[in-house]
Amino acid sequence: MTETPVLEVRDLQMHFPIGGGILDRLKLDSNGIRLEKPVVHAVNGVSFKINRAEIMALVGESGCGKSTVAKTIARIYKPTAGEVRIEGQDIAGYGFAEMLPVRAKMQMIFQDPFASLNPRQRVSDIVAEPLLEQTKTTQERAEVPERIGQLLARVGLNAEHAGRYPHQFSGGQRQRIGIARALSVTPDLIIADEPVSALDVSIQAQILNLMKDLRDEFGLAYLFISHDLSVVHHIADWVGVMYLGHMVENAPRDVLFARPRHPYTRALLSAAPSIKAKRDIKEIVLSGEVPSALDLPSGCPFRTRCPLAWERCTAERPVLQEVGDGQTVACHLIDAPERDIT
Amino acid sequence: MMANTAQHPLLEVRDLHTYFHTFSGTVKAVNGVSFAINEGEVMGLVGESGGGKSVVGFSILGLIDSPGRIEAGEILLEGQNLVAAGEDRLRAIRGREISMVFQDPMTSLNPLHTVGKQMDEVLRLHSDLDAEARHAACVEMLESVGISRAADRLKAYPHQFSGGMRQRVVIAIAMLARPKLIIADEPTTALDVTIQSQILKLMRAQIADKGASMILITHDLAVVSEMADHITVLYCGNVVERGRTRDVIENPSHPYTRGLIDSIPDTTKRLDRLSQIPGSVPDIRNLPHGCNFRDRCPRAQARCASEEPKLMPQHASLMAACHFPLEPGDTA
Repeated sequence: MTETPVLEVRDLQMHFPIGGGILDRLKLDSNGIRLEKPVVHAVNGVSFKINRAEIMALVGESGCGKSTVAKTIARIYKPTAGEVRIEGQDIAGYGFAEMLPVRAKMQMIFQDPFASLNPRQRVSDIVAEPLLEQTKTTQERAEVPERIGQLLARVGLNAEHAGRYPHQFSGGQRQRIGIARALSVTPDLIIADEPVSALDVSIQAQILNLMKDLRDEFGLAYLFISHDLSVVHHIADWVGVMYLGHMVENAPRDVLFARPRHPYTRALLSAAPSIKAKRDIKEIVLSGEVPSALDLPSGCPFRTRCPLAWERCTAERPVLQEVGDGQTVACHLIDAPERDIT
Repeated sequence: MMANTAQHPLLEVRDLHTYFHTFSGTVKAVNGVSFAINEGEVMGLVGESGGGKSVVGFSILGLIDSPGRIEAGEILLEGQNLVAAGEDRLRAIRGREISMVFQDPMTSLNPLHTVGKQMDEVLRLHSDLDAEARHAACVEMLESVGISRAADRLKAYPHQFSGGMRQRVVIAIAMLARPKLIIADEPTTALDVTIQSQILKLMRAQIADKGASMILITHDLAVVSEMADHITVLYCGNVVERGRTRDVIENPSHPYTRGLIDSIPDTTKRLDRLSQIPGSVPDIRNLPHGCNFRDRCPRAQARCASEEPKLMPQHASLMAACHFPLEPGDTA
């Protein structure tokens, strides 16, 4: 019997109806006047799983839905459809009270270390808060201060930092506080939404090393959201590439970086600047920008920017298919390799 | 005129000091920075937050406001000192001879005016063209930065453009008066990688086409290594290293540069841990005596605490301010 994944997401969909005044939404067409209900299709059927001690990265450009996936799994949003299984348990429909015990298994680290800590709380209170939510007996609560000391030491801060306020810390130290807060309830899964993109490169390396050490020490699984491919290459075991709310490619890291199959993945890899000489893949240069998630293209979501698209891409939406070595790709080129440029 | 350019580099910054006098102490944001740029060159100004790179850019354009002040130094544009120049002279230079591209394309355009009006303003101030000729020049420039249906788009407002398109407009405005020097402060930091690569290609083509020079201010060494001819590395308001791009990237002699390069994850090989620079940037109101980097430096010795290192020639094209510089092949 195989191990139950820490996180399994099946066909996750997240749509946001957007408002606007009633007059903006009134549209006149051949059938008369009707009221439009515009919907942002942020996530359109994403599936993946993460095992214990594994790091899965989601990459893509702004607006591809990667942060929405993270927030939907953390149940900051209620998914429109699909399953989110934490250790086998589907939490997609859970209410606030039912979520409380789940939050002991899953915690989040945010992008902006300046906005994600309450400026009026001391560090010790910030780190203790999730733990106090989870412990109800007096005896357990008596142990909290000691635990806070251990946590701060583990992420590289001193006991004397516990009484200070967030503004007294640098960006890197604040991110350490955010990590200590997430660790306080000994979760199995940490959802990290762009945890290092607000940091300078030398501090970024410190935080990435810390996150890896914690994975090795506690067997943590991470869902790591990033737009930076070099960071993802360093930290991830699996990489999922997203475009307009769709997963277009999902593969083990080494496979993805050595043999990217989807034209969008190839374009991302060739666009990323590097201090090293370019790797040996056929360069795909994209023109134009990501279409609006209000009005998705028919067929393949990427076809409007894809240099290799043909009629089939307009007519039929490609689905993820296995191409070996655990790599799955959603592209019609898999069935028509003669159209590829390599 | 020709003799002039032969004698002087296009822009020379000599021992620039820009301080901010705040209530909690004097912030020595730029503390003795010197460099030169020749015609047609791209120079990358890199470093972490607080290194002083943006303040150098603002100082060149005379955009330092109280409590900031240029305390000492010279900024020579074709031999003429801009620090001593009056506001009238600076206004004539800004946009005409030196123009700037800012980081955030969302806030560097005026949301209340059409793109066409904002482009036209540059030409109205800096050229003798009549309205028709200015319109034609704007259309041509907008097309050359890759915006189609340019004549229609001139009537659009900034919010009607996406981030990448707005940055194209900002670049078009910067290039419009054919400046000799463009200062680009983190021009692609707010953009996605595929858009970033489009914008970088565009900037390179525009510079080559118009024969302009550029100072590219960024924290991203990878962007600089693909764009710049020379790199100047700043740390705490000082130049710690400068030289030709390949020399700096491949065999830096300052331990700070080495540390920066090593902390970038390498996508060609897999390391278990990234090498990291310990600690963080010191408070620039209260810099350590001697070398500013010594508390974080793996090579620091007693001399680093007592004596401030000066920029000295190193191997190849490099200049570095370090008592114990690295040789090619040394590890940090």
